[in-house]
Amino acid sequence: MVNLNPLNLISGSFRHGVHPQHLKVQTQDLPIQRVPFGSNYVMPLGQHIGVPCKPIVKKGQRVRRGEEIASASGFVSIALHSPVTGVVKEIGEFRTFDGNFSQAIEIEADAFSTQEPNIGPAIDWESMNIEQFIQAVQGAGIVGMGGAAFPAHVKFSIPEGQQIRYLLINGAECEPYLTNDHRLMLERPDALLKGAEIVRQKLGAEETVIGVELNKPEAIEALQARIQPGDPVRVVSLEAKYPQGAEKMIIKTVFGREVPAGQLPRDVEVNVNNVSTVVAIADYFDHGMPLIERIVTVSGPGVSYPANLIVPLGTPVREVLKFCGGLKDETMEVIMGGPMMGRPIASLDAPVVKGCSGILAFTEGQTLKRKEFPCIRCGRCVEACPYFLNPARFARLSRARMFGEMKGYFVFDCVECGCCAFACPSSIPIVQLIRTGKDQLRNTQASEK
Amino acid sequence: MKQRDPELLLQHAPFLRQGMTTPTAMGDVLIALTPATLAGLWYFGISAVLVIGASIAGAVLTEISFSGTERRGESLLDGSGLLTGLLLGLTLPPGLPMWMAFLGGVIALGLGKVIWGGLGNNLFNPALVGRAFLLATFPIAMTTWTTPDEAFWTFRATNFDIPFTYTEIDGLTAATPLGLMKFDQQATPLSNLFMGSTSGSLGETSGLLLILGGIYLYFRRDLDWRIPVSILLTVLVFSAILGLFDSERFPAPLFSVFSGGLLLGAIYMATDPVTSPTTPVGTWIFGIGIGLLIVLIRVFGGMPEGVMYAILLMNAATPLIDRFTQPRVFGHLRGDND
Ligand code: SF4
Ligand code: SF4
Repeated sequence: MVNLNPLNLISGSFRHGVHPQHLKVQTQDLPIQRVPFGSNYVMPLGQHIGVPCKPIVKKGQRVRRGEEIASASGFVSIALHSPVTGVVKEIGEFRTFDGNFSQAIEIEADAFSTQEPNIGPAIDWESMNIEQFIQAVQGAGIVGMGGAAFPAHVKFSIPEGQQIRYLLINGAECEPYLTNDHRLMLERPDALLKGAEIVRQKLGAEETVIGVELNKPEAIEALQARIQPGDPVRVVSLEAKYPQGAEKMIIKTVFGREVPAGQLPRDVEVNVNNVSTVVAIADYFDHGMPLIERIVTVSGPGVSYPANLIVPLGTPVREVLKFCGGLKDETMEVIMGGPMMGRPIASLDAPVVKGCSGILAFTEGQTLKRKEFPCIRCGRCVEACPYFLNPARFARLSRARMFGEMKGYFVFDCVECGCCAFACPSSIPIVQLIRTGKDQLRNTQASEK
Repeated sequence: MKQRDPELLLQHAPFLRQGMTTPTAMGDVLIALTPATLAGLWYFGISAVLVIGASIAGAVLTEISFSGTERRGESLLDGSGLLTGLLLGLTLPPGLPMWMAFLGGVIALGLGKVIWGGLGNNLFNPALVGRAFLLATFPIAMTTWTTPDEAFWTFRATNFDIPFTYTEIDGLTAATPLGLMKFDQQATPLSNLFMGSTSGSLGETSGLLLILGGIYLYFRRDLDWRIPVSILLTVLVFSAILGLFDSERFPAPLFSVFSGGLLLGAIYMATDPVTSPTTPVGTWIFGIGIGLLIVLIRVFGGMPEGVMYAILLMNAATPLIDRFTQPRVFGHLRGDND
């Protein structure tokens, strides 16, 4: 229960949270570069949250870069496009980064193709109504690019009777190491503002607010320089604190409003989108390019040459790492995403997916199993949890297999942000214990049905 | 270009941790207590070494003998046994027979920690359990205070009493500042209290060094600043209010803060994470409760000192405080939980 900064109580930010080191210096000044095309690309059908999409191509069929290869099956589902010009080599089970197998389409790149992007005409978004707009975003295969990979269009469908007043563009990038959003804001501020404007007009929001953490002053400047007086756009700087980029937290920081449990940002008249998401939307409407590549930060002590890269989706993680000089010998673990919420990569042959914001390689210092000590009830986890839950109690109940009680203490409000485990001096695996509890509860609920 | 396929670990996020661990926190407290301990040695000489050593020995040996073989290394590693022994030793009078100090250490660890299930499960501060036991069992030895101004190598005869005997001494004793205040309405100058040249238990005499240690802990982020701050403020305010009624009989606020074991208790014992509330609001209540109880016991109780009982009583209230001060969960209405 240590709060070194009593000012936290009066600063504008959400309360609690933690201050990990930023660790962004290795990559924050490196311009985004493109990874050369390789030979084989694997596109898992379920790389977004929701229903996996349905393949619409046959084995042996030729596909062009950006051509649709699988279509959405249902509302919470999106289309999938070929990242390269080539031939469909296989449709079947492929290993994904978590080590499991899942249905995927493998495409062999045409060795003689220049992979020139197939730039189409700009799509006239102004005359679209909201339904057409939603369909277009769904058809472009765009997901929330912050990491969760939730289909972007779902957020844009606002039920009858509700309205959106603010469009909040999330440029917090609170995860250590990651600089992909930072570089995007610096290098493509116009695309960002364009995408934001499209979304704002389609949702009928009054104002766009771009939230950027204070540790990215150049990004704030770059955006501010592009905004004309009178534009309904505003850039706000946010305290650099984890998890500032969590949807409910950034809303709390910027608007001072708490999204009630179990409700969505739209219930407080806000729509939140990641900066990469709106850039993807701008790219689609500008020249018809669906989501076939994304920016990935490759960093961490195990990577020889850290970089910010444009990676075609489906590229094996191994190829990306190779481009960065390969892994150092002492690497012990490679993860996808940021160090606070990212997930371990079980197989380096697994492809990069839409939700992959970073590939980080860790050496012994970060991954060596920390010795666990008994919980000393110090309350540091309680004071770290931005949702004001009691992580120590969850850990204790989960160990005692008292899962029912965990539900009573709102374990399902936990977003697994990892603040509690970050803060725990006894290195108790609180997040895993919470996950165990949630899984067990879901299983019992499922079996009761 | 090398592209080794390492045998990848699959550990889970978060991959970053803040630097502090439980053993380093315990180590920091030991470091923070070092100056005050050295001051104890300076003022009370070789007796301090003997008494503190005996109580640490009692605590650590108990810790070792009661932990299972596979946990043995670990429970020593976290340093909490050592810390308990040291804290207990610092609350003992310098003339205490060594066997009593040793027994106190055994009880502190045994009844204060081990039977609860080890570190993290105990309800009461182990060091204070040990001290409460000693005070109840050996009231005379525990309240016989010697003066600090003897040569370093002067052995106090009582230190070497064989077990289960105790020689009454006279002539050597001196009343503590709190005793003087309570029974003779005679105040000790603040500067003496601050620097430590008063009679009292080994570690409680120098306010300055105890505060310095506390500041160190604060900057190492090992200390919940709310607890000492709320205790001290409460004692100051409450004593000042009492002083309005009768400034002759009741001790002055600053005297209250710097006398007896208050600083030792407020900075090092009440802040024991295991036995204090986990919620921020709870720690304020906890600290204020301790402050009130200290003044009440000192002023109206039969004994001059009340820090120990005040902390133990609030330790007992901790689960209740925790229960009623759970913060409102984000996005829920107050009262949704429980
Ligand atoms: S992981 Fe869950 S319990 Fe832990 S700090 Fe985050 S929201 Fe709170
Ligand atoms: S779980 Fe960790 S952080 Fe939380 S109270 Fe226990 S020791 Fe402290």
